[in-house]
Amino acid sequence: MHHVVIENWSRGASLLHARDARVKVILLLAFLVALATTPRLTPAASACYAALAIAGILLGGLPLGSLLLRAAIVLPFTATFAVFSLIAGDAPRAAGLLVKSYLSAAAVLVLVGTTPLAKLLRGLESLGAPRLLTLVVQFLYRYLFVISEQAQHMRLAALCRGSGPRPLRFRAAAGAIAVLFARSHQRAEGIHQAMLARGFSGRTELLSSTRIGLRDLLFLGAGLSLVLALRTSLGVLWNL
Amino acid sequence: MHIPDGLLSTPVWLSLDAACVPAIGYAARRARRELEETRVPLLGVMGAFVFAAQMINFPVGAGTSAHLVGGALLAIALGPAAGVVVMTAILSIQAFVFQDGGVLALGANLLNMAFAGVLAGYLPYRLWGRRRLAFFAGGAFSVLVSASLALSELLLSGVPMPRPVLAITLGLFAVNAAIEGAITAAVLEGIHGLDAGLVRCPEGTVRRTLVGVALVSVLLAAVGVLVASTHPDAIERLAARFGGPTRRLFAGPLADYQARFFASPWLQKTAAGLAGLALIGGVCLLIGRLIARQRSA
Amino acid sequence: MEPLIEVRGLRFRYDDGTLALDGVDFQLFPGETVALFGRNGSGKTTFVHHLNGLLAGEGFVSVCGLQVEKRNLPAVRRKIGLVFQDSDEQLFMPTVIEDVAFGPLNRGQDTTAAMETASQALRDVGLEALAGRAPYHLSAGEKKRVALAGILAMEPEILVLDEPTTFLDPPAQRDLAALLRRLPQAKLVVTHDARFARALARRAVFFEKGRIVADGPIDEIVDRFQWVPGTTSGEAAGPQPAG
Repeated sequence: MHHVVIENWSRGASLLHARDARVKVILLLAFLVALATTPRLTPAASACYAALAIAGILLGGLPLGSLLLRAAIVLPFTATFAVFSLIAGDAPRAAGLLVKSYLSAAAVLVLVGTTPLAKLLRGLESLGAPRLLTLVVQFLYRYLFVISEQAQHMRLAALCRGSGPRPLRFRAAAGAIAVLFARSHQRAEGIHQAMLARGFSGRTELLSSTRIGLRDLLFLGAGLSLVLALRTSLGVLWNL
Repeated sequence: MHIPDGLLSTPVWLSLDAACVPAIGYAARRARRELEETRVPLLGVMGAFVFAAQMINFPVGAGTSAHLVGGALLAIALGPAAGVVVMTAILSIQAFVFQDGGVLALGANLLNMAFAGVLAGYLPYRLWGRRRLAFFAGGAFSVLVSASLALSELLLSGVPMPRPVLAITLGLFAVNAAIEGAITAAVLEGIHGLDAGLVRCPEGTVRRTLVGVALVSVLLAAVGVLVASTHPDAIERLAARFGGPTRRLFAGPLADYQARFFASPWLQKTAAGLAGLALIGGVCLLIGRLIARQRSA
Repeated sequence: MEPLIEVRGLRFRYDDGTLALDGVDFQLFPGETVALFGRNGSGKTTFVHHLNGLLAGEGFVSVCGLQVEKRNLPAVRRKIGLVFQDSDEQLFMPTVIEDVAFGPLNRGQDTTAAMETASQALRDVGLEALAGRAPYHLSAGEKKRVALAGILAMEPEILVLDEPTTFLDPPAQRDLAALLRRLPQAKLVVTHDARFARALARRAVFFEKGRIVADGPIDEIVDRFQWVPGTTSGEAAGPQPAG
């Protein structure tokens, strides 16, 4: 499963893994904004952005081929719209759409591939994301595995008992989801009780309050200047 | 319909990102008031439930299958504000971990699916009460509104779309909406049969504001589609007119200053991008602080 | 000797009308380990959920001299640690160490102290190497021990374990029994597993329809209620060789 692979990547050790999550989020946003605001992606400009993304992948010690393959998941959707542009006679625009969406996805993969979700959420929180939301995401991710497994078992159990006529199968699937809902509700109740039993009163301080170090700042400075320099030189040299 | 990065034009994603922050922040505050503070695990587990439920296939004929989207289901079962929060969590994980939808486009996707979609899905339930028709209409509305908004935003971004394709797309939206409606109704009746207490009552839990916003989003989607389906060129013109002032708005304060040093437009574009980034960051920070202050109060 | 847990005339009815506890009297003394037996739905889990106030019925319940009622709940929950049947419900934080530190942080310890308490608890269950791992990648036995560490970090005087052997393979069950025997706290163990219970407890009580119908030495209880798996006739099931 995709998220298990990403999570394994995120537990690695590299220059990028060691950086503070906030620094990486800011650099990702800078990269995405620079890419998105480049109006016409010439082959040269595309190559520059691609080089930056690949540098990120290599700095993070991530498997290049596998990551580039996984980023391709956005291509079918974008390709549909690229085809319309092509039909409308705007080939450069079509190529631009594909390159932008593909490189954006690759850049996001570099972030989540080098940052465990828990750290990413802490980082987003200290950048201003509401606490309620990061907590909900944290719980969601934690129980994603548990509840998907339940759903998978129910799917298999249904398959084992063969496939009847369509209306029956439709009702069976709806029934399975209803049961899954009720069991999820029960599980949430159980988690709630387990939290109460350990003295939960509505607010919990979290352990990992990391500090941005000198290396993080240096990395942030270097990364930002690189992105800015690229965006600026594209503007000066080719008026993009 | 999860929009990836790269398809929306800068004015579109920038304004939607900026708009989504107060919208989601408002829903988060309401959700905390509607549910007890200690019920955070319920919202998280329900998000995981929707993810898992999407793995279960529904046969819909012609050898194809569909799956639940879940916006209306969440809104009806948990209440609209909690539904918005759960859907926001789902879409954020999809954007970051699964590359399903972009990061800069997250604001657009959140507004389409987590905000407008969930509220539109709740509207029939609020108006007609606990009926099969309300469940069905909720599911259908939810998908129709989200998809139409996404389509309008793409057209607004200047993505060209031939007229026949547009017609086919709208037809597909209608089919998907009907399927989601049928699934939502069947699942909610199943849940109701298991334990009637699991589905929240529609009365007394929701303020008029949310109903108003839901109505507006339905209207917006309908108008967007209507215009898009009848006058695709009008959207192009609208985009030109719409994009102009937006860009000037962001570049404006810096434009004169720049003009003295650089006469080229690229700096304006860069500045617009950076200013936008600063704007988003600032608004996020502000909302976060506000919420933090409310929490400690 | 003062009992650690004292329960008198406890009755509880669920919202749907089921009478789950129908007049339970029980005492637990320091240093004791007691096994709770009984058929599914006989009220064992409902009973233990009353001990730290997750449920509240009629009757008297006190823990370490504190009556279990709303204003005493934070203090009571520090005294009595409940290890849930489903470890996944108990391990809700993203990493093992954060999960174990959840209780100490709630108790008001600062981050450094909570980390120290959590590390010590993990050492107690022999899993300090797993501190940075995510809970869902652990085996069932590891999850159970991390859940136990989360409770030990609360430094309770009484441990309550609800079906601790569920999903554990025999070696993991043995490890758990050995670990529990080393812990000095008084223990209540809800279980269907007579062999596991015998390894830990000398005394047992038997629940039936919301009452304790027997209380005494574990061997007697196991014999009296035939509390062992297998067929009723005591013979192996399966096709008999044709005569």
